[in-house]
Amino acid sequence: MPELTKEIADAHPTPTAEPILEVRGLVKHFPLTQGILFKKQIGAVKAVDGVDFDLGAGETLGIVGESGCGKSTVAKLLVNLEQPTAGEIRYKGEDITKLSGRALKAVRRNIQMVFQDPYTSLNPRMTVGDIIGEPYEIHPEVAPKGSRRQKVQELLDVVGLNPEYINRYPHQFSGGQRQRIGIARGLALRPEIIVADEPVSALDVSVQAQVVNLLEKLQDEFGLSYVFIAHDLSIVRHISDRVGVMYLGRLVEIGSDREIYDHPTHPYTQALLSAVPVPDPDARLHRERIILSGDVPSPANPPSGCRFRTRCWKAQERCELEVPELAVPAVFRLEGGPTAHPSACHFAEEKQVVPESDES
Amino acid sequence: MLLEVRDLQVEFRTRDGVAKAVNGVTYEVDAGETLAVLGESGSGKSVTAQAIMGILDMPPGKITGGEILFQGKDLLKMKEDERRKVRGAEMAMIFQDALSSLNPVLSVGDQLGEMFIVHRGMSKKDARAKSIELMDRVRIPAAKERVSQYPHQFSGGMRQRIMIAMALALEPALIIADEPTTALDVTVQAQVMDLLAELQRELNMGLILITHDLGVVADVADKIAVMYAGRIVERAPVHDIYKAPAHPYTKGLLESIPRLDQKGQELYAIKGLPPNLMAIPPGCAFNPRCPRAQDVCRTDVPPLAQVSEDRQSACHFWKETLRDA
Amino acid sequence: MPEAYDPKDVAKDAIAPTGAGGAMDLAMSEAETLEKNPGGPLGTGPQEKARSLWTDAWHQLRRNPVFIISSLLILFLIVISLWPSLIASGDPNSCQLSKAHESATSGHPFGYDAQGCDVYTRTVYGARASIAVGICATLGVAILGSLMGGLAGFFGGWWDGLLSRLADVFFAIPVILGGLVFLSVVVSSTIWPVVGFMILLGWPQISRIARGAVITAKQNDYVQAARALGASNSRMLLRHVAPNAIAPVIVVATIALGTYIALEATLSYLGVGLRPPTVSWGIDISNASQYIRNYPHELLWPAGALSITVLAFIMLGDAVRDALDPKLR
Repeated sequence: MPELTKEIADAHPTPTAEPILEVRGLVKHFPLTQGILFKKQIGAVKAVDGVDFDLGAGETLGIVGESGCGKSTVAKLLVNLEQPTAGEIRYKGEDITKLSGRALKAVRRNIQMVFQDPYTSLNPRMTVGDIIGEPYEIHPEVAPKGSRRQKVQELLDVVGLNPEYINRYPHQFSGGQRQRIGIARGLALRPEIIVADEPVSALDVSVQAQVVNLLEKLQDEFGLSYVFIAHDLSIVRHISDRVGVMYLGRLVEIGSDREIYDHPTHPYTQALLSAVPVPDPDARLHRERIILSGDVPSPANPPSGCRFRTRCWKAQERCELEVPELAVPAVFRLEGGPTAHPSACHFAEEKQVVPESDES
Repeated sequence: MLLEVRDLQVEFRTRDGVAKAVNGVTYEVDAGETLAVLGESGSGKSVTAQAIMGILDMPPGKITGGEILFQGKDLLKMKEDERRKVRGAEMAMIFQDALSSLNPVLSVGDQLGEMFIVHRGMSKKDARAKSIELMDRVRIPAAKERVSQYPHQFSGGMRQRIMIAMALALEPALIIADEPTTALDVTVQAQVMDLLAELQRELNMGLILITHDLGVVADVADKIAVMYAGRIVERAPVHDIYKAPAHPYTKGLLESIPRLDQKGQELYAIKGLPPNLMAIPPGCAFNPRCPRAQDVCRTDVPPLAQVSEDRQSACHFWKETLRDA
Repeated sequence: MPEAYDPKDVAKDAIAPTGAGGAMDLAMSEAETLEKNPGGPLGTGPQEKARSLWTDAWHQLRRNPVFIISSLLILFLIVISLWPSLIASGDPNSCQLSKAHESATSGHPFGYDAQGCDVYTRTVYGARASIAVGICATLGVAILGSLMGGLAGFFGGWWDGLLSRLADVFFAIPVILGGLVFLSVVVSSTIWPVVGFMILLGWPQISRIARGAVITAKQNDYVQAARALGASNSRMLLRHVAPNAIAPVIVVATIALGTYIALEATLSYLGVGLRPPTVSWGIDISNASQYIRNYPHELLWPAGALSITVLAFIMLGDAVRDALDPKLR
């Protein structure tokens, strides 16, 4: 194990502020079709509709949002499981959405994914050794045949599983252990970026913390950059350096964890944060909660202008006509400080919804 | 007391052996009170609820001991047709997955109305009027128009409201909600929990809320029963437990929630895994994962010790645990 | 993770971790990582046998009496169809008209038929044609059907549309009518026209099953995971999709084997299946049916042998399904 650690550590110099991944104008529309043999497009689900963000080397970017907001589609686009309809994903300056063949395969090595469901993400017909070793079969240049078994055992050790269990099948493991196997597979090619899509939400509460700790340990050890997608706001806050909030295919607010949690300026972020139940029964008396009315509109037919306006208590005519840009709102631009972070709202204003932390 | 569960025991006989899902559970709920049953998968919290409702699959399930007193009568001694009258009318259940709990080929109006036709002998027309009234009550907009729509035409939050409407239809004395908001988004979850709490107050019902979410519990519960490996490990009023847990498992759960001042540090994690129900460790079931375990924990099952008047803990070292908290 | 309601799920969640005798000891939090030792705290080490779906299924089959009875029966049928002389010494086509309709005598326990042939010998020799037709037709149907269904399911879209409609066309042809028309123009004394006809009409059944199974398997995250690693289509299909989609195909094919044997007899009875001098239960049943009032024994033996054979394969299929069906596991 120490050998592997060293190799990987050598491959990644100390984290810098240089973005390793730049996402610009990312769009993914899924066509809605009718007919069996001759398909006719009758519309499109706008799952992701113009998303921009940067990921710094060694950084963790959390992406939060409710179901249908497009966060999982963003994950799939980042690892090239889906082709974007428009936009760019630049890895170290190179747009990877245009790549194919050998060049694509090379880039794929550097961006790996950890899946949500540890029960469906491991092939039940393969042994743990075959699952974790498969990356080497697809990319034989990474590890010569003779060394693979040893590498797999090192990886098992790194994720805290007994290396002797290399010949077991996934159903012999519990959910938390399977997720460790999935993480080991993601690490095999020594990627620089790991996209984790709800990696702990299928696990028991007492096991979630173990996996979060493992992810943090691995980040320090291997200098990984994470895109951490989840709906659990407290876990995202714990692990992320920066957080982006998505609603109906767009980012509505992005900033450092303190900026988002302690100084949210977008009404949706405020509602989302205030709706999270706080594990403190005393808080229910004096806590102010913003209860949104209605449901999230269909991404096939999103509202004009600001997409949140149908559920927003601040909505005015302007919100219907004008799409708010994701930028630092003019009111905060001069004063600086933690409120001055990008927020896509015409009427952005700070509102404290989470009990303030000591550090702010 | 509205409902008293006394020393309930449930087993599942499977091909691979006997799984002891519930091993002596005792709790009670009064009218107008909310009891939260907290536990991980396999803790037996849902199985207990199914036994109370009488919807446990038997076989492979088997109730091997204990009693369930509902308004003073033991449900387990009732005949099946007597129990059927209690179910739905006197006690109702809300499930986690509203989509699979609703029949996809019947309109929601038909499904709501059926309750009144079967239990109250109402005419079809009256039942429909009642259905619309119920949908209004759970705040489904345009109830009159939507009453003849089918479940798939409603969103997740709306479907859960329909489930609540069905459960409330006959104004039961007791509602059991099994992870009612787990499948919903946070903003919708808040709407549904608020609605449930409000209706409970209005109708003075007893509510058993089964969940694994410590946040939801803190928001709505009056008292908590924490379950682990088919046993109650701690019972207490909600404020006491969050202030100072008297069982190491409860303490571990509370500490594993990420806190603001822990940012950048390792999260507290309970080591190991929940036990296999076919081979529950001897002594205290939590002992292999417990930081406080001593020899006595490996040999003797800890009884539910009285911590204070309305509080119990099944730990040999509850005093020490409480003192450290 | 939400708690399971389903007792089977309770069993799965709570029991599965130790399915192999203690995966619990695999559990290691960071604190424990240091103290793990190769043998495992409970002594479940590398000797521990890995259990794949197939070893599990085999383990279960071995204990199923239905499987044991049906497979012994099938084994016996296969042996006598390969070496019929083991239990029947005569020649099935050496007949003496003088002995027509004679009843059982010593050495000829089933008596003689209208042509004066020994019914026992003919019944034993008849197994060969039935088993050969059944196995060849099933193999052909399984290969063609899973190929077509697999491709349709995996690639989807235009491919799927074309192959599925093609399957519908063949599915729509009535078997008996098709047999009467198609087989009456082919004159051959081998089994191949009958086998070919069965494959032609039978593949859509397997193709539909295979297509569904492939679509289900394809949606699993592990296929996505392989794709994210850069795996090729053939790798995903052969390594990830096919092994997870093959079980239902095997189950349906085993059950279908019995019905193909019955179909061969039906076609032979109608005079368009196998033809003399091939010995077949269908032909014998057809001949004997004319004399059913006076000499029922001539019908009883080939018909009984046919029924038992069909039943054996259907029972085997049932047992295999019980062992492979993930919903029952």
